[in-house]
Amino acid sequence: MADFTLKVRRFKPEEQQGPYWETFDVDLDPTLSVLDGLLQAKDREDGSLAVRCSCRAAICGSCGMKINGQSTLACKTMLEEAQSFAETHAVAAQVGGDKTESGSHGKPEIVVEPMGNMPVVKDLVTDMESTHWTKIRRVTPWLLPEGDPPEREYIVPPESMIDVTQSMACIQCGACVSSCLSMEADPDFIGPAALAKAYRFIGDPRDAESKERLHDLAQDPHGIYDCTHCFSCIDACPKGVAPMDQIMRLRRAADEEGIHDQNHGRNHMEAFTKIIEKKGTLDEAQLLQDSYAPGVKGKLVPKHGAIKGLVESLPTAIRGVKTGKMRSLPKLIPGVHPKLPGDAQDHVKRIYAHAEDHQVELNLYIRGEEPDEEAPEGAVEPEPDQVADTESRPGADTGLSPGAGS
Amino acid sequence: MPDHDVLVIGAGLAGQRAALAAAEQGVSVGIISKVHPVRSHSNAAQGGINAALHEDDSWESHAFDTVKGSDYLADQDAVEIMCRAAPEELLHLEHLGVTFHRNEEGKLGTRAFGGASAARTYYVADITGQAIMHVLYEQLMKYSDEVARYEEYFTTGLALDDEGNCVGATCRNITDGSMDHFGAKAVILATGGNGQIWHPTTNALICTGDGIAQAYRVGAKLMDMEMIQYHPTTLAGKGFLITEGARGEGAHLLNANGERFMEKYAPNKMELASRDVVSRAEQTEINEGRGFPDGTVALDITVVPRKRIHEALREIVLVGRDFAGVDITKEPIHIKPGNHYTMGGVKTDNEGRTNVPGLYAAGEVACVSVHGGNRLGANSLLDTLIFGRRSGVDAAERAKGRDQTHVSHAFLDDQEARIAEVIGRENGSGRRVSEVRLELGDAMDKHVAVFREAEGLNTALETVRRLKEEYESCYIDDKGHVFNQDVLGAIELGYMLDCAEATCVAAIHRTESRGAQFRTDFSERNDDEWLKHIDVTRTDDGPEISYSEVTITQWEPEERSY
Repeated sequence: MADFTLKVRRFKPEEQQGPYWETFDVDLDPTLSVLDGLLQAKDREDGSLAVRCSCRAAICGSCGMKINGQSTLACKTMLEEAQSFAETHAVAAQVGGDKTESGSHGKPEIVVEPMGNMPVVKDLVTDMESTHWTKIRRVTPWLLPEGDPPEREYIVPPESMIDVTQSMACIQCGACVSSCLSMEADPDFIGPAALAKAYRFIGDPRDAESKERLHDLAQDPHGIYDCTHCFSCIDACPKGVAPMDQIMRLRRAADEEGIHDQNHGRNHMEAFTKIIEKKGTLDEAQLLQDSYAPGVKGKLVPKHGAIKGLVESLPTAIRGVKTGKMRSLPKLIPGVHPKLPGDAQDHVKRIYAHAEDHQVELNLYIRGEEPDEEAPEGAVEPEPDQVADTESRPGADTGLSPGAGS
Repeated sequence: MPDHDVLVIGAGLAGQRAALAAAEQGVSVGIISKVHPVRSHSNAAQGGINAALHEDDSWESHAFDTVKGSDYLADQDAVEIMCRAAPEELLHLEHLGVTFHRNEEGKLGTRAFGGASAARTYYVADITGQAIMHVLYEQLMKYSDEVARYEEYFTTGLALDDEGNCVGATCRNITDGSMDHFGAKAVILATGGNGQIWHPTTNALICTGDGIAQAYRVGAKLMDMEMIQYHPTTLAGKGFLITEGARGEGAHLLNANGERFMEKYAPNKMELASRDVVSRAEQTEINEGRGFPDGTVALDITVVPRKRIHEALREIVLVGRDFAGVDITKEPIHIKPGNHYTMGGVKTDNEGRTNVPGLYAAGEVACVSVHGGNRLGANSLLDTLIFGRRSGVDAAERAKGRDQTHVSHAFLDDQEARIAEVIGRENGSGRRVSEVRLELGDAMDKHVAVFREAEGLNTALETVRRLKEEYESCYIDDKGHVFNQDVLGAIELGYMLDCAEATCVAAIHRTESRGAQFRTDFSERNDDEWLKHIDVTRTDDGPEISYSEVTITQWEPEERSY
């Protein structure tokens, strides 16, 4: 047994005060979870502390919340781990304007808050209907096969089922939605969970409407090109669904389908990758041009909407310069973009070539294969987390290959 | 006052399947759940769903395995219905979009499971329950015009009209605390089991026996309540489930001496004997000092190829890593038998009808009985779907021939007053609800577990009855309306205590050993006296016992060995 302090963001809608912080001391085995801690606080101190929970084993998806600022499941976050994270990151000091950094045990407080990007109903309970389920329903979340079903099962490639099972593993906990930076900027963004759900049908060979689904999601200004490729949802997902990877797969599928979306998302993606391949760092001026008016033809005979798009982008560009996001004005002048030193650009090109040759899609359900069969006896295997960082993330290399967005 | 032809309470697999089946009959359907439907406990079914779909398999073989697994307490007509309908139901799920595992030809592939004479378990990695439930929820979203969903509504009581027909339920909207009566011509309970009576348990916190107690309180009979499954592979202390699929994939059970002890108990089926047999074997090893100091034995999954573990047992890799700090691909994991499944429940016929007209039950809340004294792995999902569907169809038929009856407003007022009374109790007026709940869990796990005897069972019953008295004065902290989980917890505890009392009474009464009920003071199965179900009915003086016959069609009881 050990002592832990939970610093909980509370909100009681029926009382006249706004949200406030309250700390609870709990006494539990360090390998028990933050949810166990909250439940002990409920049992022993204050039964009015509201928290959705059910399975305690990361399968029901009820207890999504922010722990030390990170969106996750409370049942899957061990007290010990949470405390040491709080210590390393001095979390308590950063939030709530509270000066106390450590609880009554002299150990750092574990900071617990409701999920982000959602209205709070009470304490740690958020309104998922208006922010999450509405968007799930937006993607027509049921299989649309062609005609009547066969007498027996649909015959499909075994790997296709393993492939969509990754997004099927989603438990709708909302952690990805909570952490999504794009949704913070655009609350109408369909979002990581709903788009992962969309891939579950688009990637399913039994679905007959995949193309229509892709067109719909590509043309929607809040659709697949609204993702800024920040990886937050991948970090937050407790089930390895890697929502951003599913979004990148949707982009690749839309690209293969030849969809030129009205929002210039595809052009932007292509411009981004080509510029990096050629110059190594981002030439923002050219990115802007190529996103809206790609190629010489695009500039000579701009398509409908290109000039409008460019003009509308100017305030963003100006803000970028003002806030230091773009380091210098010359970067906005086409043609004066600096080159990479030495042969660095050749390295970049080699990375591109490597990515081209390794387009195979890996996911969590099949990633265990290679080390198992190829590793000689006694070979050092990569740590699970490292494996996850490389193999499980087909999107990890997309910053440098077709499929990159910004 | 929302009215529907058919009202389904509970939105796990049985409830969702019942709602969809009723809607297909063209009646109006409402489905109520105290949690969002996808949070339901059907999620936890990892390993798969049984069906004799393969041409080399037969429904008779599946049915025989089920009957033998039940220690001959299952009703064989019900088992036949379930096993015959299984292939069609499985294909239906596949057509709806469940991403079942395929073999190399792209056809549905299987894995082996306990107590089965063929590999007939179909699966989605080790998230089968979750995958099926999410697909059914997709269908509920698709048919939202036909099925009204009431998500996060808590049922406080069933309403009967003057003739004793069940005509709806009273519910509290959890989000704002408002109460309403939901009128219906038929009500289907699909609220799951009562595993939370035990501590620890593999069951979710929501499995508090709500429907069992609600039905019991309006006069429905309960059956086989003494039959409680202890799953052979759960994590010590936390109670988390390690799927039987692990043993299906070839994992071994080892005692602290490294011996594969199942050789002694089930030389033919070894680790894949039925669950009651494996749990007793483990508990015997532990009791006789061949377990580990933490009161466990070991499950060695490292004998399964790593690739296969990652593909088929990924959830267990995560459970091992996140909850036990063990990489199951590299080292054995410590496990023990833990409370898992309620074989008993509300007594129903093969169409899900209880003895209360208009009241149906399906899934773990119900006892048809297809599981008898011991449920086979991967038969629970099947049970929920087959009898969920049948209940939905029959309830819709009933509804078509009837008018909506409205109960008096006094019923709703009563329910509201009861909640107000609990909320109004002063802090310190008695014990905390949580204290009573924890004491109940410990007593049940100590005395109503793998091995039972009269003295322990009586101690448990006395404890339950004392707690029932204390329950009347226990208090809560939350006095508000919005998301008041505290008051719901108090109501749930009342449900749990009713279920616990019925369980103890039945377990004391059955003086033999059959399936999950192993009495050290009556260690043999006694078909002459006990080849019958124990039914429990509520009276003002406590539970009343009666019996019903076991239906035998083609499999006469035999000695059971694996």
